Amino acid sequence: MSDAIDLLLNTSLWEAVLRIATPLIFGVLGALLCERAGVLNLGIEGIMTMGAMSGWLTVFLGAPLWVGLLVAALCGALIGLLHALLTVPLGLSQHVSGLGITLFASALAAYLYRLIVEVGDLPPTIEPFRPLPVPILSDIPILGPVLFSQALPTYLALLAVALLAYGLARTPLGLAVRMTGEHPQAVEAQGLNPNAIRVGAVVAGSALMAIGGSFLTMVAFDSFFPGMVQGRGWICIALVVFASWRPGKALIGALLFAFFDAYQLRLQTVVEAVPYQLFLMAPYLLSILALILVARRAEVPAALMTPYRRGER
Amino acid sequence: MRLERRTHTPLSLVVLAPVAAIGAALILAAGLVAAAGVNPLAAYAEMLRGALGSRLAITEMLTRATPLILTGLAAAIAFRARLWNIGAEGQFYMGALATAALGHSLGLPGWLGVPLLMLTGMVAGALLLAGPAYLRLRFEVDEVVTTLLLNFVAILFVGLMIEGPLRDPLAFGWPTSVPVDAAYRLSDLVPRTRLHIGLLFAVAAAAIVWLILDRTVFGAETRAAGLNARAAAFAGVSLPRTIMGVALLSGALAGLAGAVEVMGVTAGVTTTMSPGFGYAGIVAAMLAALNPAGVVVSAVFIATIFVGADAMGRATGVPSFIADVIVSLCLLTMLVALLFTSYRVRR
Amino acid sequence: MNPVLELVGITKRFGALTANDDITLSLAQGEILALLGENGAGKTTLMNILFGHYAADAGHVRLFGETLPPGRPRAAIEAGVGMVHQHFTLAHNLTVLDNVMLGSEALGRLRSARAEARAKLRGIAERFGLPVDPDAKISRLSVGERQRVEILKALYRDARVLILDEPTAVLARPEAQRLFETLREMTREGLSLIFISHKLHEVMGASDRVAVLRGGKIVAERRTAETNAAELAELMVGRKVDRPVRSEQRVGAPVLVARGVSVGPEGARRLDDVSFTVYAGEILGIVGVSGNGQAALGALLSGMAHPSTGSLTLGGADAGALGPRGLVGVEAGRVPEDRHSEGVIGELSVWENATLERLRRPEFSHRGFVRRAACKRYAASLIERFDIRGATPETRTQLLSGGNMQKLVLGRVLCHAPRFVLVNQPTRGLDEGAIAAVHAELLAARAEGAAILLISEELEEAVALSDRIQAIVKGRLSEPVAARDADPQRLGLMMAGVWTGDAHAS
Repeated sequence: MSDAIDLLLNTSLWEAVLRIATPLIFGVLGALLCERAGVLNLGIEGIMTMGAMSGWLTVFLGAPLWVGLLVAALCGALIGLLHALLTVPLGLSQHVSGLGITLFASALAAYLYRLIVEVGDLPPTIEPFRPLPVPILSDIPILGPVLFSQALPTYLALLAVALLAYGLARTPLGLAVRMTGEHPQAVEAQGLNPNAIRVGAVVAGSALMAIGGSFLTMVAFDSFFPGMVQGRGWICIALVVFASWRPGKALIGALLFAFFDAYQLRLQTVVEAVPYQLFLMAPYLLSILALILVARRAEVPAALMTPYRRGER
Repeated sequence: MRLERRTHTPLSLVVLAPVAAIGAALILAAGLVAAAGVNPLAAYAEMLRGALGSRLAITEMLTRATPLILTGLAAAIAFRARLWNIGAEGQFYMGALATAALGHSLGLPGWLGVPLLMLTGMVAGALLLAGPAYLRLRFEVDEVVTTLLLNFVAILFVGLMIEGPLRDPLAFGWPTSVPVDAAYRLSDLVPRTRLHIGLLFAVAAAAIVWLILDRTVFGAETRAAGLNARAAAFAGVSLPRTIMGVALLSGALAGLAGAVEVMGVTAGVTTTMSPGFGYAGIVAAMLAALNPAGVVVSAVFIATIFVGADAMGRATGVPSFIADVIVSLCLLTMLVALLFTSYRVRR
Repeated sequence: MNPVLELVGITKRFGALTANDDITLSLAQGEILALLGENGAGKTTLMNILFGHYAADAGHVRLFGETLPPGRPRAAIEAGVGMVHQHFTLAHNLTVLDNVMLGSEALGRLRSARAEARAKLRGIAERFGLPVDPDAKISRLSVGERQRVEILKALYRDARVLILDEPTAVLARPEAQRLFETLREMTREGLSLIFISHKLHEVMGASDRVAVLRGGKIVAERRTAETNAAELAELMVGRKVDRPVRSEQRVGAPVLVARGVSVGPEGARRLDDVSFTVYAGEILGIVGVSGNGQAALGALLSGMAHPSTGSLTLGGADAGALGPRGLVGVEAGRVPEDRHSEGVIGELSVWENATLERLRRPEFSHRGFVRRAACKRYAASLIERFDIRGATPETRTQLLSGGNMQKLVLGRVLCHAPRFVLVNQPTRGLDEGAIAAVHAELLAARAEGAAILLISEELEEAVALSDRIQAIVKGRLSEPVAARDADPQRLGLMMAGVWTGDAHAS
């Protein structure tokens, strides 16, 4: 028992929190942006897989890491565009389309990977992003290693939270996105095109998701394998609800979640009497619990999942 | 250009939609096959031969189709009521696990044990979906996310059991559960192949599901609730009862798929026994436009792709992941095709 | 003087229906033009074309001499057209300022100029006498205030031609009166206005000129001063349609009795301590301005909501907890407010909709299996008896016209000789012929001894059909008045909440 408490005092746990949270932060922000505009994007799991694969592959083929990041974002955006076209102008079921996108993107990622990388004993690796200590700040005891010795994408994730929070609340475009998720007819009545805004939001959100996925192969691990996203996308969808569709709360949700995940990983090594599978179940059960806790008072965007067809009578 | 609702959908369109969807998916995937340096037509021919080219191939394909029919029915019945059960994969595993656990040492004669074990699998699957259905009714928690997350939980639970209490000591460390007793193995449908009478059960299940959906009061109320929940409630349809009833049926069908797969093919449970039967079932349901009879056909089609792709992979070197690509593309193209059965494009 | 707005040869088709047929119309500077027509005459379509929601199949719109590009609301707004939609286009979770500002700034701007916008909005609100709190959430505003925001949205974008679609549908008489005064004020500020209406008294009272639309065509244009309500009524309907007239008859025993019924939790009562009695063979009319508790009353009497206090009895037996199926079981018929969202399931066939609420009865099912042949025979008999045109039992219900859909909903209730019938807004959106048919059916049921409770926002309809009338205001009910004592003056006061003593003995 005291071991379990010792773990909490170990800085390595706290260092891991932000790292584990990073893909979730990108994923939640992406899903949040889509949903704020009124589109549920269940393609997230596949888009993250595609991001993980394409970013890794780009670097594997010799490009620098930042190009890998861009390629991942681009691939995510393209798949997001497919989901957007199916669900926005065509108005197809967002549930079924999203699921189809996930199946498709996951399969495509696995196929393309296998096409280029031969089957071998060990998956090939790349040289991933290294921690980038912020000068001076990283020397602060405890806080330094926990906050300021992260890899570049982690800083980008935190920046993305701030930008999205500001953008949604304070810019005309953010207002248009929010209004589109609440009342697309009102957007049209004010002379803007709600479907264009939705497509844009889904494309941008999907790019964020893919960057989150690429973190897995370009920071957390150094290789790709099919199925490596392991439900992180679905967890992000749950976290959006938990966060009441607000970027700030999304950050808190992702951090909380990452803390539990980091803790259970370490707990596994200490508490041997409990089968490791129970620990691995925790994140999924925790997500469900989070959904139950906030379900009744969630402020769902009013037009979420309602397609807008212009001139429909 | 805009979409206009059709006043009438000709039968030809209903039949044409899945055919067009499959054609479009195959054309799109052909580009990927070509990227592997293989002539797509040759590859597809190899695929057909691999799945339908011999008696053995056909029985393999039908063996693969059997659980797919059941998971397809599970998705069809749920989606009709707008209950988004994406958890058939997890329900499949729970059904399989419960069947193996009870079937290992049941001590009943086969004629009694087989139906009992099938029922066990159904109950296990139904229970796993009852949770998300309850959460939706009680707390308005979206069942898509909960059923998806429970898939991971279910597979971890299977892992936990087959490394723990249900571990097969005779498996030389290979993580698999104890097998069901030989008395409860489903008999072969075609001698000396893996094809078993579970196929007949699956087809019978499709007939029963059709009967329930199309001919009973419960089916009518389900359809009403799925199309317009508010109007159905106004007409006195109890939404909680309908949703829960559909959830139990849907989960039971997916659980039955697991039970039949264990009793017919694998005997024991492993964490990799399903190549995505639950997810492919959704595609089967959509390709059939949620029609139970159609699910049988679309499940056979999807099994053809899966079995054929393995053979094609061996013969041409195209990664067999192409099967997943084709099947998932079918879901997307079918979604578009369905749109054009109820809408037409106007200038 | 040059017209500010011209519509030239506008034609618009939806499938087989021609909603607008070669319409030419103009609006002069500072004028208030009323566009009068029945439901379905094509008024809203025409205005949606003008505003750019739809593109016309033929014809064009000229504003201050310039032709507007078709199908682009943005171009219309920038050219100075503002539209006040009948169904407000306001996001409830956002503030007044959010709703007003949307679309007014370039989307590329990195920061919204909210302070400036707030000041500008305040200025406009003051100038036109439309006070509103810029930072209030829309969901907290009353219907009247929401309409103000909807108008302010247009004024904020410097509209010079304002279109109002059925602006008084949600307002009480005094509020409507004030609205028209404001509109008149606006014309003095240089605005020109078109308002859409099907209410004759409004048109006569508030417009300079009237254009009458029927069957998608302009059938007449008159200076308001040179016409009268009777002429306009005939022009609007085009043929002589007589609504059936209620004849006096003796009422029977009390059937449905509500005593001190409330719906909703303490502090958020949707119905507050209401009492009423409906007798056999009478129609009790409930009048009121939209949004005053009619929905809750409708939900209560259709079994979708239950009393939180008080008692509701039907024929002496408690009916508060019955629920939809229980009410059908004791022959309490229900005609919901919204045909499309509650009355029928559009994708299902006529026979399925005809039988859904009685499907568990032995005549329609046996051991859980639907008796399809019996159901279809029943549907065929409804179609025949209630003259549901264009329908067979197999027809998909959404293909029926509004009037025929309503006959289906009414028919499946009335053919069972119900003891009590709730009828909620039975003629909303129907044309004059269908209205007459619905009224005739209701009066026939009354003659057979049914106790009918009619909720209507159409005063004329309530007065014509009801034996007694009660007004609903903020979830409370007035004392009933006999129809013969219910002059417009008195009803207007009742609907504004001015009455002596509540319906319950307090």
